[in-house]
Amino acid sequence: MTDAVIRVEGIGKRYRVGQRERYRALRDVLAGAFRRNGKRTPADFIWAVRDVSFEVKQGEVVGLIGRNGAGKSTLLKLLARITRPTVGRAELHGRIGSLLEVGTGFHPELTGRENIFLSGAILGMSQAEIRRKFDEIVAFSEVERFIDTPLKHYSSGMGMRLAFAVAAHLEPEILLVDEVLSVGDAAFQKKCLGKMGQVSSEGRTILFVSHNMAAVKTLCRKAILMRDGVVAASGAVGNVVDHYLLGAAPGASVKEWPDPSTAPGNESIRMSYIRIIPPEGHATITIDTGVLIEIGFDNLREDINLDCTVYLTSSDGVLIFESGYIISSDADSRSGSYHLTGRIPEHLLNAGRYSLNVIFGKDQQYVLFRMDDVVFFEVENTSTGRGLNMSVAPGIIRPMLSWRHSFEEKCSLVNPKIAV
Amino acid sequence: MNAANTTAVVTEPPVLRIAPPHGWWEVDFHELWQFRELIYFFVWRDIKVRYKQTTIGAAWAILQPALAMIVFALFFGKLAHMPTEGLPILVFYYSGLLPWMYFSNSLTNATSTIVQNQNIITKVYFPRLALPISAVLSGLLDFAIGCLLLVPLMVVYRVRPGLPLLLLPVFLLLTVLMAAGAGLWLSAMNAIYRDVRYVVPFLVQFWLFASPVAYASSIVPAKYRWLYGLNPMAGIIEGFRWSLTGRGDPPGPMIIVSVAVVLVVLASGLFYFQKMESTVADVV
Repeated sequence: MTDAVIRVEGIGKRYRVGQRERYRALRDVLAGAFRRNGKRTPADFIWAVRDVSFEVKQGEVVGLIGRNGAGKSTLLKLLARITRPTVGRAELHGRIGSLLEVGTGFHPELTGRENIFLSGAILGMSQAEIRRKFDEIVAFSEVERFIDTPLKHYSSGMGMRLAFAVAAHLEPEILLVDEVLSVGDAAFQKKCLGKMGQVSSEGRTILFVSHNMAAVKTLCRKAILMRDGVVAASGAVGNVVDHYLLGAAPGASVKEWPDPSTAPGNESIRMSYIRIIPPEGHATITIDTGVLIEIGFDNLREDINLDCTVYLTSSDGVLIFESGYIISSDADSRSGSYHLTGRIPEHLLNAGRYSLNVIFGKDQQYVLFRMDDVVFFEVENTSTGRGLNMSVAPGIIRPMLSWRHSFEEKCSLVNPKIAV
Repeated sequence: MNAANTTAVVTEPPVLRIAPPHGWWEVDFHELWQFRELIYFFVWRDIKVRYKQTTIGAAWAILQPALAMIVFALFFGKLAHMPTEGLPILVFYYSGLLPWMYFSNSLTNATSTIVQNQNIITKVYFPRLALPISAVLSGLLDFAIGCLLLVPLMVVYRVRPGLPLLLLPVFLLLTVLMAAGAGLWLSAMNAIYRDVRYVVPFLVQFWLFASPVAYASSIVPAKYRWLYGLNPMAGIIEGFRWSLTGRGDPPGPMIIVSVAVVLVVLASGLFYFQKMESTVADVV
């Protein structure tokens, strides 16, 4: 059946924004009613989702990507019927399961067993269905020993595993998933992704919101990019993801100052540009591409030893490295424009956001001019060297070690029961 | 779908149409019936959690009306000599307190149910009506346990119910409907105006004294009794007590007015709630 299973036409959701507090108090409303000439600030409106239309065919796994605030989660909420649209319509053929959060409905006072029933019921399973799948769910979650202990005694990892185990055994025709795969440790994420893959191979339709581009590229064939509430692109997942990454540079990876009179600097150095870009032939910076640093500046001091040092800091504030380059060591600096190019090798930096400090110095001792946190850039994750594991690896660096192994046939031992 | 998990042969998957809210009456009772298992689970959850958290557990369901009965009997009955329709004092007060406590507890539970469950409302779809309905239903277990004390009381004081007992389920149903109607109003209002739940204890207090729990409605002059019936709990409590014990006025203008008010409150509560329902996930 290739009919559209999800059809969305011109759907939009408008929220009221303004200076009013989040919760209204009845007494304020009543008091306001008595003040005839109370001023009413005209409400501002924001369209979280606007004029969105698309179709999803049966069995398709579609990724929904975009920056924070682009409207992805709101769109998913509209389709999951959690909130009503302001305009537009949608049609969904089949039972809908929404996985917007892990652990929906869990109550800490109830035991694991009781929570399975409660959560399953809330997610839409019938009692008979839950009973039938109960053993599978417990086995998947690996918490058999504690199944009759109250949930409040579970570690967060156990709770999450149990929650996902319940959710993973939903069998709706349409599954709406929002970012749930970004919680948990690596082993857990691997399990989740495996289950998602299995679910899609059973012919179910999945709409999948994620920031994890590696996961989106692996699981989805199609993707929809949202920006500021509208559909910015849709189509084959590779194209859409590239479109997103190109446009998603936070705007600070390249800083240019064409006008010397307003460019940052002092009597020694005047900045012209700083660019952090992927090397030739690559569309985006990933852990596999390395990073190109281009610094252009005007030097105003003649006949000195000039050097430039960059400091790379992670988004956690950890200093990753300091690397310097001696531009002139024979006291032969000239007054004019210098262009520096530096390269961070591939398979060094781990995925994440980084910021750069630049310091220009004299004699490798004196600071001529410095700029802190002048640019930010992002290194995208890939699953290189980690097989199917698409989560971000822990650690500061992401080197590719060269591994080898060898094997020796051993004669079979007397007691075959000793197994690893 | 593999054969193992089909419980029923589905010829065509359900179609869901999503559209903006339209019209003024969108209560879907059919859908509510489809979600009846979920309502059962909500009731089960509320009861389980309530009992897990108290040390006296089920005893509270008897203690609460029993203690109130003793206080009322002492101060209103013995000391203030309020008329009790010729009933033994303890039976009079207990039979009024039992439905009253069910009503007031249901109101309290219903008021905060939407807000308390905001974490599931914002994540999964189910008809939001399920929440105040389950809040009102979960009180019935406590009510049933409370009835356990009623039987020995009536036996000891030799109060024998007669034919009116047949109407007891009717008055019980009216209590539930009234709790539901008021609960719908309060839960919807509390989701939008968060200070409503602070008003509820005061409201309940005030309502208690306006209802024939501490006294018999016979203190209201006969020609004004229908006016008194505008308080729906007046008709309900009197009717409940009458059907249980046979004493007091049989259904008359007061009770008829009360029944009408119950229906109005219920219908308007449903209407207000479903109007608010479409915006609750945005506001809660």
